[in-house]
Amino acid sequence: MSTTLTLKTAAELRTTHLRQEMFPTIFCDGCGLGNVLNYTLWAVEQVGLDLDRTVFVSGIGCSSRLTGYVNADGMHTTHGRALSFATGIKAANPDLNVIVFTGDGDGSGIGGNHLLHTIRRNMDLTVILVNNFTYGMTGGQSAPTSPTGSFSPTTPYGNVEHPLDICELAQALGAPYVARWPVSVPSQPIKSIAQGISKRGFSLIEMMAPCPTAYGRRNGLRGIEPNWQWYRDHTVLVDEYERVEQFGSPEERAALRDKMKIGVFQDIERESFGDRWAALVDRVKL
Amino acid sequence: MRQEIRICGFGGQGVITAAVILGKAAAVYDGLIACQVQSYGPEARGGAARAEVIIADGPIGYPGVSTADILVAMSQEAFTRYGHEVKPDCVIIIDPDIVFSHDVPQTIYPVRATKIAEDLGNAVAANIVMLGALTALTGAVSQEAIMAATLASVPARFKELNRSALEAGIAAGMGQATQP
Amino acid sequence: MSTYRERIRQALGAKVQFVQGDDACAYGAILAGCTFFAGYPITPATEVAERMSEILPKLGGCYIQMEDEIASIGAIIGASWTGVKVMTATSGPGFSLMQENLGYGIITETPCVIINVQRSGPSTGQPTMGAYGDMMQARWGTHGDHEIILLCPSSVQEAMELTIVAFNMAEQYRTPVLLFIDGELGHMRERLVIPDDSEITLFDRVRAESMEGYKPFQVGESLVPAFAPFGSGYRTYVTGLTHNEQGLPRTSSPAIHDKLVRRLAAKINDHTDDIVRYEEFYADDCDVAIVAYGITARTCRDVVEEARGRGIKAGLLRLITIWPFPEALVARWAERVRAILVPEMNMGQIYHPIREAVEGRCAVRLLAKIGGELHTPTELLDALEELSCQPR
Repeated sequence: MSTTLTLKTAAELRTTHLRQEMFPTIFCDGCGLGNVLNYTLWAVEQVGLDLDRTVFVSGIGCSSRLTGYVNADGMHTTHGRALSFATGIKAANPDLNVIVFTGDGDGSGIGGNHLLHTIRRNMDLTVILVNNFTYGMTGGQSAPTSPTGSFSPTTPYGNVEHPLDICELAQALGAPYVARWPVSVPSQPIKSIAQGISKRGFSLIEMMAPCPTAYGRRNGLRGIEPNWQWYRDHTVLVDEYERVEQFGSPEERAALRDKMKIGVFQDIERESFGDRWAALVDRVKL
Repeated sequence: MRQEIRICGFGGQGVITAAVILGKAAAVYDGLIACQVQSYGPEARGGAARAEVIIADGPIGYPGVSTADILVAMSQEAFTRYGHEVKPDCVIIIDPDIVFSHDVPQTIYPVRATKIAEDLGNAVAANIVMLGALTALTGAVSQEAIMAATLASVPARFKELNRSALEAGIAAGMGQATQP
Repeated sequence: MSTYRERIRQALGAKVQFVQGDDACAYGAILAGCTFFAGYPITPATEVAERMSEILPKLGGCYIQMEDEIASIGAIIGASWTGVKVMTATSGPGFSLMQENLGYGIITETPCVIINVQRSGPSTGQPTMGAYGDMMQARWGTHGDHEIILLCPSSVQEAMELTIVAFNMAEQYRTPVLLFIDGELGHMRERLVIPDDSEITLFDRVRAESMEGYKPFQVGESLVPAFAPFGSGYRTYVTGLTHNEQGLPRTSSPAIHDKLVRRLAAKINDHTDDIVRYEEFYADDCDVAIVAYGITARTCRDVVEEARGRGIKAGLLRLITIWPFPEALVARWAERVRAILVPEMNMGQIYHPIREAVEGRCAVRLLAKIGGELHTPTELLDALEELSCQPR
């Protein structure tokens, strides 16, 4: 894969890769989802995916609406179940490329068990999970990823629960490719999505995206820019994170507590369900 | 023609396997209509095992036994429970080494199935001995059919044991049938 | 090189077998051309999955054991959109979990077959015992206005034959089709004769023929849209939201919702002549009728003969299609008989649409039995005799 990006402009992609009749989008000002869509399409372009042979699958929530804008086969399914449908599509026709858009609530809350088993099974899917710390579409209620102490209409006195680190879960389950990036940086997500698409087996790209409307304004981030700035201030590259953990001063280490690791966490090879099933069929086929 | 057959005993004796083989003999090899069910009702739970086979020459409606035409009892508990749910002319076959008390008006045919199977090398074939005896005594299925169904239903390494068990059971049944 | 149909024969084995109702459902699916099964183990339906896991890879198909029943139905709906024939199998608790995606299958017009080997509920109930407690859940279990097709066989042979029919209806009407048996029939062994291909009619969903002007949810006279599988270049968008003919979400338009949901109902209701199946005994010379379905109906056949021997003019209407409910058929019987006996292995479910169809034209009596045992011939005969003695 080329390391320098030669990208079509967003305007060019819009005519070739998007459904004109779906515009305008439902997304609010300052939302990160439009960026996620752009990054994905640039990655699709870069890898040279045939959109006629690519299915975009999603569940329910703001991020799951992304499938509707892409001019390809798409399946907007039920809440939390996108991975089940995607599994069926990929298992029934392994020649299709299957990309899943999901959110933190859809993918790790109601769909958490499917996430676990889809990784365990190592389905050859590219999952772009947009984490905005909240259930945006229903008005910003607390999600499995909401930070402890954060405020929402269902945690009016502050969230008492521990948030889930979806990437750590995916790593522990042996997902071949796991990465996390904030939408505030463009090139690394594009590269990661492209790598995820090219990876044989399950790949998870967690995209941290701001939700100024439903999350930010309740948690001290008024206006669009502070929401985006938050990601620049509260993320740290995984290599740097590990260096500080090991060699950093006590002050530096203390500062890590408020930060989320970003980067490529796992990039390994592991036989996919499709490969193993094909081998089994070869063995027993009449 | 509708024959209601009940095979009962305790878990592990293979009463269900016996019923499946009997049903298969009738349905697949004798071209009859047959239906086999494992158990109706909670009373058959626990240590007791029960399986039923209906053999008919036309469509089978109710798939269970109301009153048995043939009863094979391989435990005292099973006999006590089912020995009376039988027709007046029911053929009752018991293992006399296990079923001691059997005070019913019908003729009782004692077949020492467990002993015969043990002598052949493995007590687990007692169920197949009983199938042989049942076939010889009642003619519910043909001897060719029960042999074919038995051999088609057991693992290759147990084929000879089961063939011998079935033959021994048929002989035991014939011996019983010719007694006054 | 043998043909696919020849390999199916090879995979299924001998033409005459002695197998369980669950096995028969699996055989029917394979004969219908099913190449994809996703499921989750549950008593007493597990044997369906076991047979599919054994047979499908031999034929180059796919069996996948999912993490639960929600995922199972999700996977088959996804797989169906690649253009293959799909099935899952479950029992009551699993069927409860499938309800949301069942509705998704209906609104997205996805052909799929769901086998439910019913057991007693509520909740975990009696896992190993038969029951017919999910008949109304089949009709109304998923939320929102909809129609459903439900078939209920009475024997092992019929379980196989109707599974093929279920696939045909799913393909023809592009909708989930349910086939319900129960734990007793599921585990009962009977003689099964595998039909020759010349005896089997198969229907494949109508495919889109040209991209020009194609809209994935636009219909003609049949009310069923033409299908373009994922990956065929049509770039179809499928959503559970209310959508227009193009398949794009239109959630605020009362007119679009009304048109879509009424069409989804009409494509089934306008074809009841084809969908409704039943069997009648002594329909023209009947005083007291039994209306029954599933495993109970087979006992009723014997009982009707027995009753007629005793001078009672009994008859039997065996319902094979339960939903859409054959209202006109039941009404015709109600015109001719004095009373109808409805034996059910539940506390009275199909009894209600029967009463609705009868509209007071004759007496309707429920003979409910729960706990897992079948109605005995004596119980049915007693109830028939009692009904026949009642004054008109």
